[in-house]
Amino acid sequence: MAERSFVKEVEKLRLGEGQEFAGEGILAITKALLQCGVGYVGGYQGAPISHLMDVLADAQDILGELGVHFEASASEATATAMLAASVHYPIRGAATFKSTVGTNVASDALANLASGGVTGGALIIVGEDYGEGSSIMQERSHAFAMKSQVWLLDPRPNLPSIVKAVEDGFELSEASNTPVMLLVRIRCCHVHGRFVAKDNKRPTMTVAEALSAPRRDTGRIVLPPASFLHEKEKVEKRWPAAVDFIRSRKINEFFGPADGKVGIVCQGGMYNAVIRALQRLGLADTYGDTEVPLYVLNAAYPLVDDEFLTFCEGKDAVLVVEEGQPNYIEQSFAAMLHKAGRDTKVVGKEFLPMAGEYTGQVMLDGIGGFLRTHAAHLLPAAVRAPNTAGNGHDIPDLTRVVPGRPPGFCTGCPERPIFAATKLVEQELGKHHIASDIGCHLFSIMPPFELGATTMGYGLGPASASAFNSPEAKKRSISFVGDGGFWHNGLTSSIGNAVFNKNDGVIVIVDNYYSAATGGQDILSSRADNRTKATKHPITEAVKGMGVKWVRQIDRTYDVPKMRATLKEALTTGETGPKVIVASSECMLNRQRRERPLVDKAIKGGERVVKPRFGVDEDICTGDHACMRLSGCPSLSVKTLDDPLRDDPVAHIDQSCVGCGNCGEVADAAVLCPSFYRADTVHNPGGWDRFADAMRRKAIGMLQRLRERRRLTFADA
Amino acid sequence: MLDRPRTPAPAGASEVIKLAILAVGGQGGGVLADWIIDVAERSDYLAQSTSVAGVAQRTGATIYYIEMAPDRGRLPVFALSPAQGDVDILIAAELMEAGRAIMRGFVTPDRTTLIASSHRIAAVSEKILPGDGRADSAKVREAALAASKRFIAFDMEQIAVSAGSVISASLLGALAGSGALPFSRETYEQAILAGERGVKASLAAFAAAYDRAADVSSSKPDERARSVISPPPLTPPHKDEGLEVGASDGGSGSQVRGGTAVSKQGVSGPASQVAGWYAQLARVSRLPEPVREMAIRGLKKVVDYQDLAYGADYLDQLDRAIAFDDAGHGFALSIAAAKHLANAMCYDDMIRVADLKTRSSRVARVRREVGVRGDAVLRVTEYFHPRIEEFCGTMPVRLGRFIEDRPGLAAFLDRRINRGRRVRTDGMIGFATLWLIGGLRRWRRKLLRHAVEVEHLDRWYALALSHVPANYALAVEVLECRRLIKGYSDTHARAHSKFDRVLSGLELVKGRADAADWIRRLREAALKDEKGEMLDGALKTVASL
Repeated sequence: MAERSFVKEVEKLRLGEGQEFAGEGILAITKALLQCGVGYVGGYQGAPISHLMDVLADAQDILGELGVHFEASASEATATAMLAASVHYPIRGAATFKSTVGTNVASDALANLASGGVTGGALIIVGEDYGEGSSIMQERSHAFAMKSQVWLLDPRPNLPSIVKAVEDGFELSEASNTPVMLLVRIRCCHVHGRFVAKDNKRPTMTVAEALSAPRRDTGRIVLPPASFLHEKEKVEKRWPAAVDFIRSRKINEFFGPADGKVGIVCQGGMYNAVIRALQRLGLADTYGDTEVPLYVLNAAYPLVDDEFLTFCEGKDAVLVVEEGQPNYIEQSFAAMLHKAGRDTKVVGKEFLPMAGEYTGQVMLDGIGGFLRTHAAHLLPAAVRAPNTAGNGHDIPDLTRVVPGRPPGFCTGCPERPIFAATKLVEQELGKHHIASDIGCHLFSIMPPFELGATTMGYGLGPASASAFNSPEAKKRSISFVGDGGFWHNGLTSSIGNAVFNKNDGVIVIVDNYYSAATGGQDILSSRADNRTKATKHPITEAVKGMGVKWVRQIDRTYDVPKMRATLKEALTTGETGPKVIVASSECMLNRQRRERPLVDKAIKGGERVVKPRFGVDEDICTGDHACMRLSGCPSLSVKTLDDPLRDDPVAHIDQSCVGCGNCGEVADAAVLCPSFYRADTVHNPGGWDRFADAMRRKAIGMLQRLRERRRLTFADA
Repeated sequence: MLDRPRTPAPAGASEVIKLAILAVGGQGGGVLADWIIDVAERSDYLAQSTSVAGVAQRTGATIYYIEMAPDRGRLPVFALSPAQGDVDILIAAELMEAGRAIMRGFVTPDRTTLIASSHRIAAVSEKILPGDGRADSAKVREAALAASKRFIAFDMEQIAVSAGSVISASLLGALAGSGALPFSRETYEQAILAGERGVKASLAAFAAAYDRAADVSSSKPDERARSVISPPPLTPPHKDEGLEVGASDGGSGSQVRGGTAVSKQGVSGPASQVAGWYAQLARVSRLPEPVREMAIRGLKKVVDYQDLAYGADYLDQLDRAIAFDDAGHGFALSIAAAKHLANAMCYDDMIRVADLKTRSSRVARVRREVGVRGDAVLRVTEYFHPRIEEFCGTMPVRLGRFIEDRPGLAAFLDRRINRGRRVRTDGMIGFATLWLIGGLRRWRRKLLRHAVEVEHLDRWYALALSHVPANYALAVEVLECRRLIKGYSDTHARAHSKFDRVLSGLELVKGRADAADWIRRLREAALKDEKGEMLDGALKTVASL
């Protein structure tokens, strides 16, 4: 089950001709796919396109009615390979994943798909995770489009434009027999907006129909001599067809006056930020009517030479707004002008930064700088020569005050005790080389744990420790991989590799029952019943099947002493070959979403329910915060006591505690202090509960009174 | 740090209202953004919101961004992220997030209404220091006043919790109450009503925050600085009236009832002990005035820990410092002694832990904190992990030393003792066990741990007092070093090591005019990290002087 339920949103997918759709950008894309008569959709979850996958997963009924096949693919490579269904059959297909990590994984399939080309429209929707809030390496998807020669659409970030891009994308793909990448940036995926819907279309050919009438064409298969012909076909046939389509369908847009001494060219996704900068410079109004000519590349690859050259006619200088590096578009335009013998100056990275997100301020500075240099006469006097340099106000510097707040484990996260145990083992056995992987467990690299040296790719944690395998080594490497990464490609690339190469390291598979970091999607080892997917395949069985001899399953990661003992055994046992520990407990975020409503309902309904939470005896806590150095739980924080005798704040657990048990377990395992207690509240207790409780309280009360009668008791002590 | 916009916006430009929300992941910033969009659309505005979801939401800092403009039949071009110097309303769901917004240039004096909840959610980096690592809220408030056009801050988290709701509701209330958006109160309430869950609680939180923000907004500009900034109380509001020295009149204020006295000052117990307590209070009242408050706190802690005789010991020890002290120094030495003697005498042993965990007041506090209501039954499990060290400490001095001197025997016993134990203090067996251990209090002064602690205290106290004639301030700093000793087991051992290392600096700085300052710096360094690496660095610096 996904983190969010989209049952309500799914109803929007049923909207018909003329009705208004309101919602997130990513949902609009989903709706657009159905409007285009898509025959099958696959993908791999990950921000910012997880919601697309989640919506489709919740929309199985609607997809079924339309004859659309949907798959939650095992990886991005799987999703892209799935587009093979459009090679011989006139079926429109779509695959989606985050980029550039997804494009990396998909490259093999992408290259093969692009080589043979497609008959039915093939759309790859990539969520570009670039800039603020991104969790991955900063690269551009653009390069992938260029190297495989698939076309790249980068629509303006509003719902009507991205819906149109989906439609254009399928048609462009079919017109040029080439897969098309549709690039949407993070904020565009999550933008809330509206568009006028059309009716959903049944695919012209369903996958079922294709299966009953199989087709093949050797000329489309990537094998010599066809592959050599494909390369020629790409440049001789498909490219010109794509350029024709982009030009004739006016995919790229022009705004502002037809002539002017300067102009701006931007990627479609940059359009709103460009307009905002022009607005702030006094050169555009609220609705985007601009005084500076704009050429907006909704198709970022291929570029249309004559469109650009026409735009440049009569212009002294053109600014290319192209986020990220290398600046492929700017370089291409410069080459076009040079070859055409034009003297229009192309500038871009001179005024805008080579690397990094084009935020509002960056855009304002860049475009402002360009216009001041090349068209100062356009700028209002106040902008050209501002009277005040600064704002005249003295604002205290807070850089040394405000603490950083990187993402971390949620309250009650079952991965926290795994890393607490690892930290404790290291206190005993010394530091080890630790390889990390992609997933929530990567938060172990942050305080308070500060564990993990590298992260090389999804499912590649153990693989990235494979060099650290030597008969002379005194210590073993430890590597982590999540259940998501394990099934994505860890089973072969990491576990299989370790078995084959007789790696002596320790591998911890963090199993939280979901692909949790991407929003809690089900995977093979998920424990939930899933109507359309096969779940409950134990990781240990897969690992043993790969040939691992030393396998330990931990069914409750919160058992810190056991976790520590198992890790210690793995690091010290005489057994050779990989030592695999599968540490399993359900993702607390998903568990709470699932259980909390049920528990609340049960309590209201009068059922007996036991609800745990933790507390700290503040007079026993000494304020050394050792517990927090092994936790970092959001619900465990510090609190100042009203006691001048105490200098340092004490530990405090707030209402958000879910009673996972980590505090108590860590206090026990690390022999910290006895100030933690677990308080189980029995709601709607039965007769026996109440009787036993009354008896106990009576007896305890007697003992308490006995002592308190003989000593001084202070009311506030 | 403040990269201010270098170009001013043209006058009379845009009708677009720009609003950013900075929150900590998990605070419900998305819900708030959805409500605001709903309110805008209900008010014939076109609106657009965006966010960066992804992993940043897992307790990290997050931003939601909204733009809105009156519907004139044409779609405006809205931006997708906030820009420096271009934000009209900034909502911070936590005080440091307001600070972050200011740092990022999203709050500017010419236009930004800053609405911030004044409560704190400590970041991990603030929590893991052995000392107090929390950021300085006052600096953020000061910056917020300077950076914003209007600053509205109060504890919106508290308002939400009191109403049984979450902070998104009180933030919406504060936004509505601020009047920063041209929408009616009813529209906001309709947006909440359109929700599915917790509507009643959300409305209550909304209303309470609305009133607070509206109050602030209607006060005159010059009052704003005062009325808007209600700093969170550093201490809970209740005042310990029973401890005013003036009230100690030798016990005449107490009533005797069947051998048990209950005084107005909140002390109860056998009549003779209550009388003894008042006699000791009277003794405190004869101390120099500045020392009294801390002395009463200390005395109470010590008597509560052990008994009246221990209280008398405490006052005797305190007298030694007072004898050296004078009003010219403001009795700083004696105040420090009153504080740290009490802490040193009330060391954390098994008896104390068992005693505290079996008191009736503790049961009541747990029930209150957990919020046990109605006929619900509460079960309480304690986490103990005793080791041979604690066991020996609870033995009579000679027996304890006998075991400690025989490593084989100690290891043998440790194997039987050293393991995690869960004790149910709501059950008879668990409670009675702790109750009996708490009862060892009567013999505490004959036990090994006490001997060790007394020896340590004497050494430390004598060391401090020995410095008084030559360097009064240094003596105070030596007393203050007691703050370093805390924690249990390994943490306690580490604390002791830090304490010793800081005091080892004494030899190096003795005789210098700024010796006290150096010891203070060493102590502060020791509180910066677990192992004392900062302290080692500081000691190297001291050695190089």
